[in-house]
Amino acid sequence: MMSPAHYLFLSLALFLIGCIGVVTRRNVIVVLMSIELILNAVNINLVLFSRVFGDVAGQVFALFIIADAAAEAAVGLGIIIAFFRNRETVLADEMDLLKW
Amino acid sequence: MLDSILFYFFAGVAVLSAALMITRRNVMHSAVFLVTTLLAIAGIFLQLHAEFLFVTQIIVYVGGIMVLFIFVIMLVRLDVAIHKMRFRLQKFVAVLVTVVLGLELFVILHSAGQLPGGGLFVPGSANPDKLAPNSEKLATSLFSNYLLPFEIASVLLLVAMVGAVVMAKNRKRTDEP
Amino acid sequence: MNPTAQAILQFLQTYWVELVCGVVIVAVVPLIAGYVVLVERKLMADMQARLGPMRVGPHGLLQPIADAVKLLIKEDIVPRDSDAFIFWFAPVISMVAALTSLGALYFGPAFRVANDINVGILFVVGVSSLGFLGIILGGWASNSHYSILGAIRSTAQLVSYETAGGLAIISALLLSGTLKIQAIVDAQSQYHVWFIFLAPVGFFTYLVASIAETNRAPFDLPEAESELVAGYMTEYSGFRWALYFLGEYANMIVVASVATTLFLGGWLRPFPNVHWLNWLDFLPVLLITAVGAYCLYRAGKQPVKVQAGFMWAVALGCFAVALMFLAPWIFAPLRFALPGLNGAFWFLLKISGYIYIFMWLRFTLPRYRFDQLMHLGWYILIPLAIVNVFSVGVAMLLESEFGWNRWLAMMITTAFTLAVSVYLVHLNDKRTAAASSATAVATDSYAG
Repeated sequence: MMSPAHYLFLSLALFLIGCIGVVTRRNVIVVLMSIELILNAVNINLVLFSRVFGDVAGQVFALFIIADAAAEAAVGLGIIIAFFRNRETVLADEMDLLKW
Repeated sequence: MLDSILFYFFAGVAVLSAALMITRRNVMHSAVFLVTTLLAIAGIFLQLHAEFLFVTQIIVYVGGIMVLFIFVIMLVRLDVAIHKMRFRLQKFVAVLVTVVLGLELFVILHSAGQLPGGGLFVPGSANPDKLAPNSEKLATSLFSNYLLPFEIASVLLLVAMVGAVVMAKNRKRTDEP
Repeated sequence: MNPTAQAILQFLQTYWVELVCGVVIVAVVPLIAGYVVLVERKLMADMQARLGPMRVGPHGLLQPIADAVKLLIKEDIVPRDSDAFIFWFAPVISMVAALTSLGALYFGPAFRVANDINVGILFVVGVSSLGFLGIILGGWASNSHYSILGAIRSTAQLVSYETAGGLAIISALLLSGTLKIQAIVDAQSQYHVWFIFLAPVGFFTYLVASIAETNRAPFDLPEAESELVAGYMTEYSGFRWALYFLGEYANMIVVASVATTLFLGGWLRPFPNVHWLNWLDFLPVLLITAVGAYCLYRAGKQPVKVQAGFMWAVALGCFAVALMFLAPWIFAPLRFALPGLNGAFWFLLKISGYIYIFMWLRFTLPRYRFDQLMHLGWYILIPLAIVNVFSVGVAMLLESEFGWNRWLAMMITTAFTLAVSVYLVHLNDKRTAAASSATAVATDSYAG
């Protein structure tokens, strides 16, 4: 195993790329994919520290995050489909029903 | 030596694919690059000796969630790319904020290494030969210490399943008088 | 010496077995898949009272090579509006997933690529499910109606039956208590019986699920020629199609290997621990010698000299292989190779039997319509698989906690599971009867 700093930098890089994706992209589907990337970066952190301290709780937590991400992706994509059916768009700029 | 080659390979693929993912114009290409990113992260899990998470990542994330994403991308595919006036400053602001955040965290990590005692923690990582078999340890912990979160996670998945089906269902127009 | 070169040499020294086996798998499995296609065509011909490929090479034995050459020199057509990157990438994913999952399997106690992965069976099932991505991306990238419809139908079918198959695998894993492949076969040796006799409903559920997993008839609606041209493979020609096709047949080998490892005793011979049946260890030699003798007998009856010569060559080849199996018995220093050779023989025999059942079902049963297919998967197989997991668990509990006889417990719970399956099929019949009677009553000839 490399020193933990390597994995921390990798997790940091993925987290930041995910943040850029969430803020920058217009397509909501790409935003959802960037959120999945952020969750994975957190997973790397958890598994790293589970290995460092020898405690399996980190991996258990990462497992729950994976299950939770699946649930969230399913519901989020269902919402996107429902919205697309009504408004014919998936671009975040055009989802402005609540704008005054 | 093999360890570091594997780490740099998987880490390089992950970061490169992630960067490609958020910059592609075609959404399907973004999805494919997310698949490669997730596979590389699974490789990182394997390199950290978390075999069960490696397999779970492949089965659940790549084999489940990404297939779902690709299905939805196929369903909401818009053929005409509409070029409207966008808030062009957004990208610049986002990158600026991210670079500042990155610099902050980098400085924290780097300066922590200079502190006496090695910084944040003492990496007393266990020798891989003395680790118990990973799946058994995980399963024991999941069914004894973390039984309640396990059951709650199953209820959560059931709720998500019902919710997704309800959201995406085709409601026939049955509004005759 | 240069430290990098030294590190590389040390790596090669430690892992050369795995590397060689990996190269062998990548090189040999496509060839084997080609010959499985030939066997299928010959079997199909036999069941339809004809001869099958006979022209290319003696008895059609060079047909796969001719097919491969034809596919390689075909024009590479890429549809105009297709997505070039994904069009190229999709068959690659399919083939890579199938070959990678072959890497974790044990073909007998000595032939393997990866040295006993901790999560063996789960890795195989998970990576072979990566092949779905190849199918759906291929169908989308072709930019054609048939392709997208075929891809969506195929993926929906694969996802539904993967759940049932996974649950069936779990019922066998309950009995073995571990995910490691070597340990599963050792558990069957310890139980003195193959797991198919302890969890038969699980085996049959996995059989049906694996037929649907590999898109074989009677579940081959997404790729049948009379339905959707060729489904997601419509726009692929030449070598790209060959990659998909080979991926499908490699997947068949993977699925057969998983079923053999979990349910059919892996590389154990029948009755592995019964001492007075130890003469069964000679069965590989006897069988191969019998095949060689039969080839010699048929050589005398061939009309053409070339075919007679070919039969002689096959017979000599069989005798050579039989000699290779016999050599460890004769020369004591070669005795260490005996379990490996015998185990590989039994494993390959069982895989062949399983694939023969696949082919047999293909030539016998008509195709399922898609809604019937989905109904079978979700309404019948998945509840049955869940009840099966529950019943195997109850049987193990009865045996360990209450001291019941293992066979009695297993038989009672299997009877319960079969009763549940009969009830589910009965519900299905009631539903189809109600649906057909509803449509029959609805139309009134004198209305309007």
